[in-house]
Amino acid sequence: MFPYIIRRLGLMVVMLTLLSIVTFLLFNAVPTDPAMLTCGKSCTPELVAANRIRLGLDQPLYVQYIDWIKAIFVGRTYGSGTQTFPCNAPCLGYSFRNGEEVTVMIKAALPITIYLALGAFVLWMVFGILSGIYAAKHHTEWQDRVIMGVALVGYSLPVFFIGLVLLIFVVVRLHLLPYPDYVAPQTNPVQFLQTMILPWISLAILYAAYYTRLTRSQMLETLSEDYIRTARAKGLPESVVVRKHGFRAGLTPIVTSAGLDLAGLLGGAVITEYIFSLPGLGRLSIGAVTEYDLPTITATVLVAATFVIVANLIVDMLYAAIDPRVRLS
Amino acid sequence: MSESTPILRVRDLQKYFPINSRGFSRRHIGDVKAVDGISLEVMPGETLGLVGESGCGKSTAGRAMLRLLEPTGGEIEFAGHDVMRMKKRDLVPLRREMQMIFQDPYSSLNPRQTIGSIIGAPFDIQGVKPEGGVQKTVQELMERVGLNPEHFNRYPSEFSGGQRQRIGIARAIALKPKLIVCDEPVSALDVSIQAQVLNLLEDIQDEFGIAYVFVAHDLSVVRHISDRVAVMYLGKIMESAPRELLYTAPVHPYTHALLSAVPIADPDRERARERIILTGDLPSPSNPPAGCVFNTRCWKAQDRCFSEAPVLREISAGHKVACHFPETGGLNAAAMTAPATGSDFSEN
Amino acid sequence: MTQTNEVLLSVRNLSVSFTTEDGEVNAVSNVSYDVRRGQTLAIVGESGSGKSVSSLAIMGLLSGKSAHVSGEVEFDGQQLVGADPEDVRKLRGSRIAMIFQDPLSALHPYYKIGDQLIEAVQVHNKVSDADARKRAAEMLDRVGIPSVEQRLDEYPHQLSGGMRQRVMIAMALINDPELLIADEPTTALDVTVQAQILDLLRDLQKEFGTAIVLITHDLGVVADLADDVMVMYGGSAVEQAPVREIFYQPQMPYTWGLLASIPQVHVDSTRLDPIPGNPPSLINMPTGCVFAPRCTYKNQVPNNLCATTKPDLETTSSGHSARCHLTAAQRDAIRLEKNIGRSN
Repeated sequence: MFPYIIRRLGLMVVMLTLLSIVTFLLFNAVPTDPAMLTCGKSCTPELVAANRIRLGLDQPLYVQYIDWIKAIFVGRTYGSGTQTFPCNAPCLGYSFRNGEEVTVMIKAALPITIYLALGAFVLWMVFGILSGIYAAKHHTEWQDRVIMGVALVGYSLPVFFIGLVLLIFVVVRLHLLPYPDYVAPQTNPVQFLQTMILPWISLAILYAAYYTRLTRSQMLETLSEDYIRTARAKGLPESVVVRKHGFRAGLTPIVTSAGLDLAGLLGGAVITEYIFSLPGLGRLSIGAVTEYDLPTITATVLVAATFVIVANLIVDMLYAAIDPRVRLS
Repeated sequence: MSESTPILRVRDLQKYFPINSRGFSRRHIGDVKAVDGISLEVMPGETLGLVGESGCGKSTAGRAMLRLLEPTGGEIEFAGHDVMRMKKRDLVPLRREMQMIFQDPYSSLNPRQTIGSIIGAPFDIQGVKPEGGVQKTVQELMERVGLNPEHFNRYPSEFSGGQRQRIGIARAIALKPKLIVCDEPVSALDVSIQAQVLNLLEDIQDEFGIAYVFVAHDLSVVRHISDRVAVMYLGKIMESAPRELLYTAPVHPYTHALLSAVPIADPDRERARERIILTGDLPSPSNPPAGCVFNTRCWKAQDRCFSEAPVLREISAGHKVACHFPETGGLNAAAMTAPATGSDFSEN
Repeated sequence: MTQTNEVLLSVRNLSVSFTTEDGEVNAVSNVSYDVRRGQTLAIVGESGSGKSVSSLAIMGLLSGKSAHVSGEVEFDGQQLVGADPEDVRKLRGSRIAMIFQDPLSALHPYYKIGDQLIEAVQVHNKVSDADARKRAAEMLDRVGIPSVEQRLDEYPHQLSGGMRQRVMIAMALINDPELLIADEPTTALDVTVQAQILDLLRDLQKEFGTAIVLITHDLGVVADLADDVMVMYGGSAVEQAPVREIFYQPQMPYTWGLLASIPQVHVDSTRLDPIPGNPPSLINMPTGCVFAPRCTYKNQVPNNLCATTKPDLETTSSGHSARCHLTAAQRDAIRLEKNIGRSN
């Protein structure tokens, strides 16, 4: 098991390096000159040239890449002489849009996205898995059909629709909750929960519907396995058969999906963040894209992709924990 | 070609599957020696039974001798051609002469093709234009193997297991081959259907003079259909002989054990007979025992068996055995003397 | 344990049908048999004959609303059809156990051998983990598994096929059941391993006095182990008799066909005499005798009776019954002519 983890960590470093190269090339692949973008309204060719030197864009591509990577680990200083802008590690550059340090912006947005994703994740996993198992147990009966019907509706509704409906009814019409206004949980836990509950629910509905269907089909498959028949032949109560023998065996694809879905959300839940005015990573990256804010774009891409790669690693290690055949081969 | 020239001659055929280490380097750390130096000959129109337990390499051997699997070493001569040294491209016309029938009638037929196009495929591949057209020929073939020719346009899913095996047979004989390797052709079928397919295979052999290499684990079926039989164990041939001789006067301890393990469908006989119960399991083909590969389960093994691998040698006309201490007294004598004590654990 | 003639399991008119999209599938129709303590009943048939379904029905393992089970199944005086599922569950694994064809898929791939055995003990007995583990080790040792302590901590995929089936047998017998249902227990195994397992079953039966219902398609295995035999075809029992009677005095054309279709390892056979045609579809059952469409002798019965009327299970001699319209004289003549069985 231990060499396996080492090997996977090595592979992760390779993936992240490749990823950083791709992200860096993305920065350079845009048709607009980055030096031009930083120049502002009253732009002169001299200013553009000066910016180019200050940003290091006059250097060969590989030097630029090394500088960029180095900055993440040790920081860097843009410009020289009196016109210097220090950027501390981990430095991802300054935003072209508002001149803020990108790292600072990410640090502010990231917790919000993490709270949003994790809260929704817990909700949807609990509901999706429980209703999926219930539906599978009542396969061919009315309970199954009702759950599958509801899940189909939930799955077909776009998240902005669910979000808006919740917002309009719960907040605007019924005044059950105040207007969403994000504060950190340590500042005002009640207001935090009041703000987060609707985004959590609207995200969770979509995913819960999907996980209900996934869990149900997994359970139906494993419950028809020979070893389930063996478990029943041993005289185990049906609840033990389903939980201990059935669910564990059907878990692998659920874990895969869960890992990747969570990782995807950690990269930013754009629509939900917009609807509920949450200043998370999704909003940050969309804002950056619309305004050609290249350092912010590359940084958010790097962060989101890192989540996916790390999630993959965790998922694979969970496989090994679940299935001895993976662990021992 | 005269009757005395073999249609297929295999010398020292080997098929190793490499075992690679995990990780980036994928170092080659060993081999699964699925087929480890077998030699055999098949005469035109005869059936050679290749029998053994799972993992003995019989199926791999069947495929390797047609180069459907690339052999690791050895020589294959088919109808005068040096098959091993031929380029893949040059093999195509030769494939007309050597065909294969597979075990699983459910997965060996493309479910999206009609029966007509499955059976007619060899004509397209080989660019052969049969007299009277492909459809007519295919329908004749269907009739020959006992299928309704009007079912030309049906799909494999509409047929039962036995009928699918007939489809496989029709496809194999479409180009009138000289040799068919039959890989467990009846083991997926119910007994009543199995007998129908065996009879069909025999009839077709009589009619077209096709030679069969009949790969199977069922010793009764092999005895029924074969002219000569080779017994395999861990990638090697242990004993080969004309059918009658092998089943009534086997000399290799493994053949004895194998034959005595088959229950006979006759209660009085079955309960009266002495049995050799082999102990233990098959060793791993990636790490076969030194010396004779059967030494871990053989009750007659002596020091020599652990140090020196016996070669397959002829002890009487057509009867070959790879054993340092072959039996001589026939089946019963062996059964009487065989103690059921094992290397690592005992049955009783 | 001494053999008694006490009936342990009595099955009367057991029928099982499934509702499917294609229609009602009559998997088992009106099957009756007895299993006596310490004896072996072999149920012989090809795929689709209903031999496995009937046993799953006895075990209460046909889950779902689509299976309809009717008739009577009495186990040691207790009626199982229509009984409280909880009562049937308590019998499973304690007094009635089952082993299956493919031991690799029948053992849970994610749990250690030891844990699966311990679970089997603890579901029916209030014993500590340590005691259950001790019992598991004893049982593994009894079925001939070497280095038991190590095996207990291994997973099924680390064992060979024969070892896995031994584990299955150990698990089934761990609570000393009175009845063992063995569904094709050696079909997935190699012939030398099959011989080991058959030997083991025979020994264990002698030692524990377990009655065995042996479901198989292999007449050699039947000849080896069975006391009584029931031949099934198309969901019906077509012939029932003591084992020697089935092989030496078979009364039903399907049984004749089976015996004539199998090549034998101890004789050179010239030509097999297969049963023509294919088994019936369980959805569109023939109205008369289930075997009539494939029967070579139906023309010897007047008035097209075989196609119109299902024959009753008639007693032909003590303990021997068959479903066939042919007269005793006709059957004797055919058997003599075709050299089927053994003439006394």
